Amino acid sequence: MTTTTAPPRPATTRKAAKTSTRRSQATAGYLFVTPFLLVFLLFFLLPLAYAAYLSLFREQLVGGTVFAGLDNYVRALGDERLLGGVLRVARFFVLQVPIMLVLALLAALAIDSGLLRVSKVFRVGIFIPYAVPSVVATLMWGYLYGRDFGPFAQLGHAIGAATPNFLGDGLMLGSMANIVTWEFTGYNMIILYAALRAIPTDLYEAAAVDGASSWRIAWNIKVPAIRPALFLCLIFSVIGSFQLFAEPQLLQRLAPSVIDSAYTPNLYAYTLAFTGQEVNYAAAVSFLLGVVIVVVSYSFLFVTNRRSRS
Amino acid sequence: MKRPFLPGFRRRALMAAAGMLSASLVLAACGGSSGSSTATPDKVSQADVDKAMKTPTDLTFWTWVPNIKKEVAVFEKKYPAIHVKIVNAGQGEPQYTKLRTALKAGSGAPDLAQIEFQYIPTFSLTKSLEDLRPYGAEKHANTFVDWTWNQVKGSNGEIWAYPQDTGPMGMLYRKDIFDKYGIKPPKTWDEFAAASKKLHAADPNVYMTNLAANQNGVWMGLLWQAGAKPFENTGADSVKVSVNDATSKKVGDYWEGLIKGGSVSTDPDFTDAWYQGLARGKYATWLTAAWGPVFLSGSAKGTSGKWRAAPLPQWDAAKPASGNWGGSTTAVIKGTKNPIAAAKFAEFLNTDAETTKMFTTEQFFFPATKSLLADPAFTNQKPAFYGGQQVNQVFADVSDTVDLSFQWPPFLDQAVNDWDETVGKSFADKGDVGGALDTWQQRVTDYAKNQGFKVSQ
Repeated sequence: MTTTTAPPRPATTRKAAKTSTRRSQATAGYLFVTPFLLVFLLFFLLPLAYAAYLSLFREQLVGGTVFAGLDNYVRALGDERLLGGVLRVARFFVLQVPIMLVLALLAALAIDSGLLRVSKVFRVGIFIPYAVPSVVATLMWGYLYGRDFGPFAQLGHAIGAATPNFLGDGLMLGSMANIVTWEFTGYNMIILYAALRAIPTDLYEAAAVDGASSWRIAWNIKVPAIRPALFLCLIFSVIGSFQLFAEPQLLQRLAPSVIDSAYTPNLYAYTLAFTGQEVNYAAAVSFLLGVVIVVVSYSFLFVTNRRSRS
Repeated sequence: MKRPFLPGFRRRALMAAAGMLSASLVLAACGGSSGSSTATPDKVSQADVDKAMKTPTDLTFWTWVPNIKKEVAVFEKKYPAIHVKIVNAGQGEPQYTKLRTALKAGSGAPDLAQIEFQYIPTFSLTKSLEDLRPYGAEKHANTFVDWTWNQVKGSNGEIWAYPQDTGPMGMLYRKDIFDKYGIKPPKTWDEFAAASKKLHAADPNVYMTNLAANQNGVWMGLLWQAGAKPFENTGADSVKVSVNDATSKKVGDYWEGLIKGGSVSTDPDFTDAWYQGLARGKYATWLTAAWGPVFLSGSAKGTSGKWRAAPLPQWDAAKPASGNWGGSTTAVIKGTKNPIAAAKFAEFLNTDAETTKMFTTEQFFFPATKSLLADPAFTNQKPAFYGGQQVNQVFADVSDTVDLSFQWPPFLDQAVNDWDETVGKSFADKGDVGGALDTWQQRVTDYAKNQGFKVSQ
């Protein structure tokens, strides 16, 4: 056996050629990422660092700024109103997110199954509420919920039935959950639909050979295959629910005695900073909220990882 | 002694290219202040004033007054070198929030801003307003109605702003509803309560009035009328807070009775439902300020001719009194690069005969100047919306009865927020107003102490 080889290149130049290519590729990579990193640094990391710095001080209307160490955090941990707000958004999360994700999943499966005749219209229709700014959406729903002159109430008057007080103490959280579900089901549906499109089609062929029905295919093949996407939606929802702000703030004008300034932690931080001028304490509250969100997200991650491993 | 925010603050100012100069101006204002002086500061010389008014200058003026460009045009015609840029940064609280944010950031604050009377202490405490005495403000002590001048004066004699319009409180009532149920316009609060019961018994769908659960302004106006002094600025770092004193409790108990009796509703005001209520005759009266009549004629057009005006019902018919709700001033923001031009603009806008008259004819403001309140052209107006009644005369008379010594706290935003959540909520829940007043007192004093004030009760 003879081997024909090209005259061997000196080893050093071959290695040098490899590292210089790799180096120029690496440089190109860094150059591409730089604009994002710059924006990330300026608009995310620096304000975060500044807020952290602020949370260590205390500025009083009389007496100026003093270094307060962790006093703000200690105060926040003992603050009943903050705790109430966190529990409230946790309740909101448990109430709203499962319903929304199930609806989004069903919608995505329905579109993907190809059994829907007007799937394109359906897709756009469910997604349009996401394109409506949350301020507009909340104002619109606030009007719909109106007790005296909103359409539901008027309908109730017309048929002689009593309409529930959507903006009252008992139903407020549910009414907000409705608004948020209306806004974000389309968004989650698109993510899940994209994940469904990425499933290799030979799985379906194999299932068809085995005689599986559409429902079977959906439950046993599609849903397990899009687990990562479902998990992504879940994490987004955790962050979104715990940071709930726009809806309570706008509905507060319509029901000021139901929604107080500590209704959600974000609203509390906002009121502290801009009404009470307690910017430092507001920064501490925001950081604590961030910690809570991280803990909840990681616990979900932990639980799902353990399940996938077992 | 204040320690200025340094590292993060400076970095931000550097990044905002134009912010450096105003940032250091604000730092100089907020830091190392030697405390407010009691002596009158030196006046700016007439020569300096003349020079400033001839130098091309751009002033930024934050205001929500509609169509104020007409009055501004009069000023610009007289002083062509000065150009005023009008910016609507929001109405009331949203503007104050933006103003505070801009002041804290050290850039973006205007030269002048519209500030309601009740918010002046909030901004003067944080040293955000220019004292107008060096620019000749003192000579206007008798131009304005006395209680308004007291409202713009600081605790050391500073003059923080020029009054623009006022809101002495009266009562607008639906004559047709009163006539239908045989009710005479009540002159005392006892008569008002009796009329409420009578009206509610006759028609449960109509309420004698609406005491909005989110409207601290009306509550303070009613306290003002009753002679209460819930807040007093006793010094640069001390306040007296007594929002649950005997007078407040008396007013609170009175309204608690009416609300629990069901004759008074507590819907949030300035919302869609409330406008609908006014238009459809849900409320028989509206306890409101002197800017109310014009406002009502614009928002409840369908009820034209059915309303009349009267003074508020009195606690003591022999000693008529009233309070004030709203009304604004024009103040010069500290740190402005053009204090002379700004101060002179504020002065002109609110004291010149032509512009002040335009405020009453174009924007239908209720004037703050003594001369206009006595001007027959103003007081003799007979709007058809009020069946030809001389509404302005009614409110001009009321203006004379507004108590002189009511004061506002230097942290009104927080106090109002706490009121909404305690007293306002007790209205909406038909609960114990007295207890809510005690809670409000607790929350305000806690906040004040937290902010470093010495609080007396």
